[in-house]
Amino acid sequence: MSAISPDNQGLRLAVRYAVLVLIAIIFVFPLVFMVMSSLKPDQQLLADTSSLRAFLPVGDVGLNNYTAAFERAPIGLFVFNSVLVTGLTVALCLLVCSMAGFAFVYLNWRGRDVILSVILATLIVPFETIAIPLLLLVSKLPWIGWEGVTIGWLNSYRVQIIPWIADALTIFLFVQYFKGLPRELIEAARAEGATWFQIYWRVVMPLSGPVLATAAILKFLVMYNQYLWPLIVVQQEQYRPVMVGLQYFFQLNIAWGEVMAYLTMITVPVLAFYLALQRAFIASIASTGVKG
Amino acid sequence: MSSKLTTSNRAGWGFAAPGVVLIATFIIVPFFFAFGLSLTNQRLISPNPTEFVGLKNYRDMLSVAVLQLEPELNADGQVAREDDGSPVYPRVRTITRSDDFPQYRGMREWFRVQLGDTAHVVVARDVVFMKALVNTVTFVLVVAPLQGALALGLALLVNQKLRGITVFRAVYFMPVVVSIVVVSLLWRFIYSPDGGLLNNLLSGLTFGAFQPVNWLGNPDTALPAIMGMSIWQAVGFHMVIWLSGLQTISPTLYEAAEIEGASKWQTFRYITWPGLRHTAVLVLIVITMQAFALFAQIDVMTRGGPLDSTQTLVFQAVERGYGKQDISGGATISVVLFLIVLTISLVQRWLTRERA
Repeated sequence: MSAISPDNQGLRLAVRYAVLVLIAIIFVFPLVFMVMSSLKPDQQLLADTSSLRAFLPVGDVGLNNYTAAFERAPIGLFVFNSVLVTGLTVALCLLVCSMAGFAFVYLNWRGRDVILSVILATLIVPFETIAIPLLLLVSKLPWIGWEGVTIGWLNSYRVQIIPWIADALTIFLFVQYFKGLPRELIEAARAEGATWFQIYWRVVMPLSGPVLATAAILKFLVMYNQYLWPLIVVQQEQYRPVMVGLQYFFQLNIAWGEVMAYLTMITVPVLAFYLALQRAFIASIASTGVKG
Repeated sequence: MSSKLTTSNRAGWGFAAPGVVLIATFIIVPFFFAFGLSLTNQRLISPNPTEFVGLKNYRDMLSVAVLQLEPELNADGQVAREDDGSPVYPRVRTITRSDDFPQYRGMREWFRVQLGDTAHVVVARDVVFMKALVNTVTFVLVVAPLQGALALGLALLVNQKLRGITVFRAVYFMPVVVSIVVVSLLWRFIYSPDGGLLNNLLSGLTFGAFQPVNWLGNPDTALPAIMGMSIWQAVGFHMVIWLSGLQTISPTLYEAAEIEGASKWQTFRYITWPGLRHTAVLVLIVITMQAFALFAQIDVMTRGGPLDSTQTLVFQAVERGYGKQDISGGATISVVLFLIVLTISLVQRWLTRERA
């Protein structure tokens, strides 16, 4: 045991890497297949699945599927909708949840502890269990807009944004982070006569880069990948996000090349974003696991 | 009253109000709404006023009974038999539609167990719901431990000190950032019966001996196929949570173990695993909750079929609440689902509690 020859060590290292690579292949092959297939005509795409050609850009390769996909569905609109809904929700979520976190950590107010524990209790309510009653609720909510007061939020951007702004997990992340900041900073600012809002905006927020990144990444993933909620509250094309837009590609004869092109278009930007910031992504998931 | 409000009170409420109001309106109100709606006959749009119906929705969904069927007898008093020798039973319909047994009215056969010559037929008022319940529970019971264990294995693997290990970690995590809808579509292709990647791979590995399987079209393989895909998609997420747990274990403990000459297994058993206790609870609870929420995979891949073999509670809740606009039915399923999730997370917490 104690005397391991250099050769033996080299072999063990090779085996370790072989295992790591094999597992890596299991995790990437469907994604490689998606991108490669999006470049091929349907017939070749189907024929190639019987060999490794499925994962290579070989044969009659081109961007025809992409142009066809754009003709089939208003992809630009779906992407715009997704970006708008995701961007606005993430921004509002960071603002609202960080303010709440600030109130829970730094301010003394009546009801604070009870309200915080009620909010944290909602962590164990999966969204799927409230989707149906929430559907009924938003279908009856009033809204004041240009046309005056209207009833019902279905088929709109607001129905995709407002219910998702505040969530317990993001508030929890801010509370945890703020607890770790030195309290003296806040007390010093207070002694100098700063208002609470100035302390929040000028002292605490500039120090909150890491938690803002974490919360933004987690919220981004949730919002961009939304499926169930827009599926049930949006019937009009005008407001559909990308994941629900997929339905356009499932008519009687599925054009797989176009499906793959659409999937590639809605997935690869996110993957690129992830690979560029992978440390931050992984750190943000990890931070949800570090409970106080 | 207002004189009692100190500056801090007002500021506190001011800062917290937007978040608190939003969570109250869009999470807490619908949550209690679900309980209330499940006691009514509310529909999404209906000309008739909503009525309070008590526990009727629950009775309609949860009623189950066992019928014992004795074989039919021939004129000579012998048990009547089919050509293959199995006894002939009276049809279940003769009981569930009979005026003699009003308590079984409207029930349908769910499954039957034959003991001796007596057939024990389990009938349910809502067979699809029962199948959805069993499928969902099966899914959770298989996926939670398997995915948790695989994620731990991966975490140990990428926790090694090797050059380039962060690349592997990043790759294993990749499916997590891909939408489950996209993943489900890709895997439909992988599981396709003709020319699907999985069938081709298996037949290649066995030199053609493997018979192609219609993975999603066969009631026996559809749910396991969806389990496999779900694990593939989410395992990286839990790998990262385990990893963050692993990194909280003090390196000095490992050094001590090495000095003591502990084997790899002993090190894992006595240092790593005890150090992961909190992480284990968290991973199990999160996986369980995610698994109970199983919806998109079903919606994209099988829509509950074949033969209801992939019906799930959330899929049924949506199909009823949204598809059939039966809000009260969907809400009832939501309540049942929530009670199950709550019970399980309480049980998991209790089982893994600190033993002082």
